[in-house]
Amino acid sequence: MSPTNIFAPASTPADSIFGLSIFVVLTVAAIFIAVFALLLYAVVKFRNKRTDDRSEPPQVYGSTQVELAWTVIPVLIVVALFLASARVIASIQDAPRPPSALEVTVIGHQYWWEYRYPKLNIVTANELHVPVSNPAHPTPTFMTLLSADTDHSFWVPRLAGKTDLIPNHPNTMWIDPHEAGLFLGQCAQYCGVQHAKMLIRVYVQPRAEFDRWVKEQQELPHSGTPDGAVSAGQRVFESTACVNCHAISGTPAKGRFGPDLTHLMSRDTIASGAAPSTHDTLRRWIQDPDAIKPGSKMPAMGLSDHDLDAVTAYLETLR
Amino acid sequence: MSTNTIALTDFPVSRSFPLRLHEWVTTVDHKRLGLLYIVFAMVFLMAGGIEATIMRLQLIRPHNDLVSPEVFNRMFTMHGTTMIFFVAMPLVFGFANYLVPLMIGARDMAFPRLNAFSFWMTALGGLLLYFSFVGGDGLYGAGSAPDVGWFAYAPLTSRTFSVGHSTDFWTLALLVSGIGSVGTAINIVTTVLCMRCPGMALRKMPLLAWLNLTMGGLVILAVSPLTAAQLMLLVDRYLGGHFFDAQAGGSAVIWMHFFWVFGHPEVYVLAIPAFAIASEIIPVFSRKAIFGYPVMVLATIAIGFISMSVWAHHMFTVGMTSGANTFFVLSTMAIAVPTGIKIFNWLATMWGGKIRFAVPMMFCVAFLFQFLVAGLTGVTLAVAPFDWQLGNSYYLVAHFHYVIVGAILFAIFGGFYYWFPKVTGKMYNEPIAKLQFWLFFIGFHLTFDFMHIPGLLGMPRRIYTYEPGRGWDIWNVIVTIGVFFQAAGVLALAANLLLSYFRGKAAGNDPWDAWTLEWSTSSPPPAYNFAVIPVVRSRRPLWDLKHPEDPDWRYE
Repeated sequence: MSPTNIFAPASTPADSIFGLSIFVVLTVAAIFIAVFALLLYAVVKFRNKRTDDRSEPPQVYGSTQVELAWTVIPVLIVVALFLASARVIASIQDAPRPPSALEVTVIGHQYWWEYRYPKLNIVTANELHVPVSNPAHPTPTFMTLLSADTDHSFWVPRLAGKTDLIPNHPNTMWIDPHEAGLFLGQCAQYCGVQHAKMLIRVYVQPRAEFDRWVKEQQELPHSGTPDGAVSAGQRVFESTACVNCHAISGTPAKGRFGPDLTHLMSRDTIASGAAPSTHDTLRRWIQDPDAIKPGSKMPAMGLSDHDLDAVTAYLETLR
Repeated sequence: MSTNTIALTDFPVSRSFPLRLHEWVTTVDHKRLGLLYIVFAMVFLMAGGIEATIMRLQLIRPHNDLVSPEVFNRMFTMHGTTMIFFVAMPLVFGFANYLVPLMIGARDMAFPRLNAFSFWMTALGGLLLYFSFVGGDGLYGAGSAPDVGWFAYAPLTSRTFSVGHSTDFWTLALLVSGIGSVGTAINIVTTVLCMRCPGMALRKMPLLAWLNLTMGGLVILAVSPLTAAQLMLLVDRYLGGHFFDAQAGGSAVIWMHFFWVFGHPEVYVLAIPAFAIASEIIPVFSRKAIFGYPVMVLATIAIGFISMSVWAHHMFTVGMTSGANTFFVLSTMAIAVPTGIKIFNWLATMWGGKIRFAVPMMFCVAFLFQFLVAGLTGVTLAVAPFDWQLGNSYYLVAHFHYVIVGAILFAIFGGFYYWFPKVTGKMYNEPIAKLQFWLFFIGFHLTFDFMHIPGLLGMPRRIYTYEPGRGWDIWNVIVTIGVFFQAAGVLALAANLLLSYFRGKAAGNDPWDAWTLEWSTSSPPPAYNFAVIPVVRSRRPLWDLKHPEDPDWRYE
């Protein structure tokens, strides 16, 4: 079973689209069968026989009645499909935003996603966390879509259709997942070299679990008593260009160009889902980003093995 | 001077190669220019096909690393740009150039020198595009082809995101070939309106002339905004303009409007001439007059008009208001009505006929079937909410290849075989032609039927690789296998045309027992087409000649 199947909806917008799509697919399938049957019949029945006398068949130039019939019937089908579409467009695009809705600002960057929860004061990247929405007490997530550079498109097929992120052209979309779980998707508007590895992971969590996640994200990273390697790593991180692009709350690192690393270790993946977050992949990513994601905007910093181990050790404390 | 010219065309034997080359380069003859367009398109078809093959090999399995992401992105940009602007358009212009004057009983196009100018502008555009492989990074020989996608959305084309000159070559290629396209369109429209032989009222023109007239009008309306957009992009890139620069008050969305107000009518610029070919072949091989000629004309004009008002269905995910989305759903679906009428009229033409399944007709029946499917998947994409899922997925890619390959290219291949005896005076090789049909038919369906499925399973277009475990793997393998059948089919076509040109049997003037004027002159037609300008009384002048007891003009 594909985790990105558009016919396995788990949220109201995807669900409304699914219902409409079944109606549309059945309608066009019926038209296909009818017209294909006529074509097949014509090809078999009216094919020239070997015993033919080579005379010309009767010439027919047209018929107003049949022309009218095959104009009016398609018009009626079009009207039905149009009305069904218009209803679903309005129900998704013009849905009111309940006060209980969670607000998230999604910012597309070349090859990664920034998620900001303005009311919760959380900034994270690449892995979106939202609560399950109970139909009795809906807590949908409304997203404002912005772009920091080129066009992108946010597409998680099981939750909703896609909506583009366009510079200086804010868009909105919403989801209200009714089951917990991990939902996958990826950027669906060509945005440059690594468009392919701009993956989306949406973690839909039961309310209590989501609240716990929010609380953890709002705190500063739990650093235990820093050992030598960790504080060395922090020194390297803060004295190289890392801080120009990355932010870590409570430290001088305030860069906004790359993902916020405050709770890097709370995420399952790195490089916008391109690799699982393990000690080895993290070290490799810092050493040579192109080895995991060629064309990524993160430069190889040319650290010595010693500094590399130290920075990796430091980042691994960011829980 | 004039005697000299006549002497050259009348004694075609044993002239030196430079002399013949000079004739072809300087020709203003509509038939030669038509053939130049077609040969040019076939060369670029090979290039675009190689690019497609590279993409399909890269996508045969997840996390493949046959080519780098940069190369893959160049391949899909070049493939799309090449196939639309330097294969499909030259093919339809080539057919229009060759056939329109012959079918309306004229000796040439209205503006022969504009015709030559237009072809060479198109050719220059194609060369500029491919020169980027050498000069794209700024003429140091380490070139790079454009990698912004064939619709080149802003701001990816700005100097910030596209350094070097690859985007400039793309822009200039489209600018220059766009001038050629408008020139040819003006020529076709003028020729159809002003050069018809005596007796050929508008309502007695062959459908091919009507459809190419509509195509010409659409090109003038659609290509002009594209050319304007290219100029704006050049201003942005070189003169500090901000048309598409969102940072400075410009708009990335405006580029989308400019592009698609060209891009959607463009589909019909290509499809209508393909309909024109089908509308000539289907009656002749069914042995019946076209069913509902006036309705076919009206449906064509309706498609032309409606196609100008549907462009934003390419932008359902851009964040238009619900009102705008609803409008473009309606206008897009409206186009299904005249298109449906056309399919039914072709079916009714076959109905009660005596269908001869020579290769041109095989291609046209496949065209009908595939166009039906393409139209119906088009309806699913017209439903805006469904498009929010399907848009920019492989389902969309499969849909438009169904239109452009399954419908348009199949009809054009049918046209190749139908008019080959007229153009060369030789008959093509029927067994090789049948082999080509089946290779291409099987390859087409392997590739593009199965390409719909990964789209439904969430696979977006333009990704150079994908994650395993998404359920896409097996479908991508099948899609790639189909490519080799299609490539074999195209090679069989090229072999057949070359072989038959040199070794084919003489075809005679009218091998199909057809009814339009081009079959009344010799094969190949002389430079001046008709020794005596014909006079017609009906839509099928040769039917009237062959059946004096029951001529068409009694019924029209």
